Amino acid sequence: MTDSSTSLQAAPYRSQSYPYYSSPAWKRFFLTREFAVVIALIIVAAVASMSIRKFSSPLTLGYLLLDVTPILLIALPMALILISAEIDLSVASIVGLSNVTLGALFDAGWPIELAALAALVLGIVCGAINGFLVTVVGLPSLAVTIGTLALFRGIAVGILGTRSVVNFPEYWTTLTTSVFGKSGIPYVMVLVVVLALAFVLLLHFTPFGRGIFAIGRNREVAAFSGVKVQRTKFILFVLSGLVAALAGIYFTFRYGSARGDNAQGLELTVIAAVLLGGVSIFGGKGALHGVLAGVLLIGTLQSALRFVNVTSDVINIIVGALLVASIVSPSLLTWLKGKITRAAKEGTSKTPARHA
Amino acid sequence: MIRLSSHSSTSTVGDVVLELSEVSKSFGAVRALRNGELTLRAGSIHALMGENGAGKSTIVKIIAGLYHRDAGSFTLDGTEVDFRSTAESKNAGIAVIYQEPTLFPDLSVTENIFMGRQPMKSWGRIDRAAMRKHAQELFSRLDVHIDPDRPAQGLSIADQQIIEVAKAMSLDAKVLVMDEPTAALSLAEVDRLFAIARALRDEGRALLFISHRFEEVYALCDTVTVMRDGEYISTDPIDETDVPSLVRKMVGRDVASLFPKEEATIGDVALEVRNLNSTGTFHDISFTVRAGEIVGLAGLVGAGRSEVARAIFGVDNYDSGHVSVYGESVPRKNTAAAMKLGVALVPEDRRQQGLILDFGVARNLTLSICRGLARFGLLSSKAENLAADGWAQRLQVKSHSLATAAGTLSGGNQQKIVLAKWLAAQPRILIVDEPTRGIDVGTKAEVHRMLSQLAGQGLAILMVSSELPEVLGMADRVLVMREGRITSEIPRAEATAETVMFAATHDRQQVLAATNVMEPTQ
Repeated sequence: MTDSSTSLQAAPYRSQSYPYYSSPAWKRFFLTREFAVVIALIIVAAVASMSIRKFSSPLTLGYLLLDVTPILLIALPMALILISAEIDLSVASIVGLSNVTLGALFDAGWPIELAALAALVLGIVCGAINGFLVTVVGLPSLAVTIGTLALFRGIAVGILGTRSVVNFPEYWTTLTTSVFGKSGIPYVMVLVVVLALAFVLLLHFTPFGRGIFAIGRNREVAAFSGVKVQRTKFILFVLSGLVAALAGIYFTFRYGSARGDNAQGLELTVIAAVLLGGVSIFGGKGALHGVLAGVLLIGTLQSALRFVNVTSDVINIIVGALLVASIVSPSLLTWLKGKITRAAKEGTSKTPARHA
Repeated sequence: MIRLSSHSSTSTVGDVVLELSEVSKSFGAVRALRNGELTLRAGSIHALMGENGAGKSTIVKIIAGLYHRDAGSFTLDGTEVDFRSTAESKNAGIAVIYQEPTLFPDLSVTENIFMGRQPMKSWGRIDRAAMRKHAQELFSRLDVHIDPDRPAQGLSIADQQIIEVAKAMSLDAKVLVMDEPTAALSLAEVDRLFAIARALRDEGRALLFISHRFEEVYALCDTVTVMRDGEYISTDPIDETDVPSLVRKMVGRDVASLFPKEEATIGDVALEVRNLNSTGTFHDISFTVRAGEIVGLAGLVGAGRSEVARAIFGVDNYDSGHVSVYGESVPRKNTAAAMKLGVALVPEDRRQQGLILDFGVARNLTLSICRGLARFGLLSSKAENLAADGWAQRLQVKSHSLATAAGTLSGGNQQKIVLAKWLAAQPRILIVDEPTRGIDVGTKAEVHRMLSQLAGQGLAILMVSSELPEVLGMADRVLVMREGRITSEIPRAEATAETVMFAATHDRQQVLAATNVMEPTQ
């Protein structure tokens, strides 16, 4: 080691002395869990549009995208929360609460824009409550959000009772379900794309995102490296609340109704899609292109099966089996790989033994 | 060759118990071991030394039945053996004690010792009374006081190792392998373990002792085998070796000095800690570190040294007191603010606190500095890799690529990454907690030289260390902590093993233990 080697000055070296990656770029991109989900999506979409009549029509595409939009939206912050090794089960209840708040305030004579804004603020408050209980009080997010799942849903049902609000302004309901010309792509996809890009940048290209991965892998190392662990988690829960509220507003205009039990059970679909997209339930692993592909895969599969009149029970069974298979397959593959290499080694190690 | 004062064993060395010859083991293309040689005799304590990656662990795992050798012979009491599992090796009379034993935390000490072979009464009921009595006999033979009924949870690592030894004795193991057992032990605990090891030797068992610490090897062992790069180098009676020759064999070249302390000009007060208190962990901590100075923070494990370091850096909170850096006060429990003021902490446990093991080298290196690398808030892999490349190169990290998972590198290289990660943050005050724990001699000397050079450039360094030779060799000033308080401050000239140990323990017995362990290398 030379004297200059430990200088504290900024790096004077511009020459590269290590390969940056251990495998070529195509391998790093194509041989991944995320890309496998993309391939699965393409296969399912191709098979469905070839074998099911009218499946590839713009009308079907439009409905499919309108159906998956709330899942796509909520999956974005959910992926970040799961990567930070936490979970938010209260999202569907926040969707419901936002839906009901919008309806109730509109019913009470508020302008629709103001009512929507109030619903968003309420979503932020809900997220902040989750974040506070997890980061400041220090409770596990699984327990906290099971609690707030019931709490927020309870409030939502309490506000409207068994009533439901309909008759939302036609301008908004039409705008929400309108599509670009004959393409079948709804306007709302612009919002989805913008948010998705923002979340991709946040997770994959900022110090904040690096912090999320570090927290998920090893919270202590993250804390020792200057990552603000609690603040990062708090922000994630607030983001989750905000996006869930946004999805609630979308839900209201898409179906033109506000009811206490709207969007019940949506959280499980979201989490299933995120896990299918390659995010680890243990945290620290995942990429958003996989998550988006995972949501679209589940959406396309459901839509295609509904097209051929498969009942929703059977659809649930198929989606559930797919999820289990996707979680089991990595460990199964490692096990198989180990078996094969061991078998290969037994084969080679026997040869020198005979010589000895 | 210089002869050291003789530490000849009292017992006579007996027959060969275990012999490995021309043993090799490969993992894919990597040859972890080539012609491994090892001969263990009854009534002897045999040291196995070598740098990280020299093949010591591979040998241990072959003996333990965890790996199966590719070629070569492995005999036990003269007959060829072929272990397919750890159970087979255990049944053949081989016991292995690892650095960190894995006991069942919720079971009692007794149940842990007899796990899987409990004495039985009729109807398949466990004979608890017999089991407990047997455990107590074992402990009295070992002359230790551990309650056989307490759960294993909460036992110190030293006590856990003793339980592993008791387990080995209850199995009447002929061969006892100890893989770096002393890494996390205090000096008194090391002394107790050594007494037990000597007793087992005198009972005629064969012991294999693996350690990076020369003073321990000289204090305990009678024979030493050196390995390098997966190959057998030499086996000698310990009396016919000295430290420089062993180091040369281990490293393959001359290492100038383990403690290359340079004279540095001591400047202004860089770090000032005043009356720091944290109920139950440390009390009334006050000291300063000046620019260019290396201050050693010595004491026993559990004296509160790491806790003070963590409080200064803002990982933990404290109740009262004040920390300032070049006159600017450091807010409490705010790591980011401490980093901004130029404080860096290389934590004691690199696997749990320093590195994210399955992140690549570059990601680990830039975790602490990525805020500075971002442009308009966005990071590019190119900027990260470029910065990481420069620092990895400077610390001569050995890695296939910058994307290689940090956990797959050797301990020494991992430590270099942790150091690089914090040097990259360009600190003014560097706190290092056990900077050379568990790393090989060559890297150890490199780390020491680096710390010395950094101090020469005006960095203020606070070095927490449990290794007395390191503290004595490197520090300009030694602060000693005992039970959460700084009990004394010793300038370099007056710092000796005795003065530091007495301040750390206030116990003559401990000082004796320290000098027993330390003396042979001085």
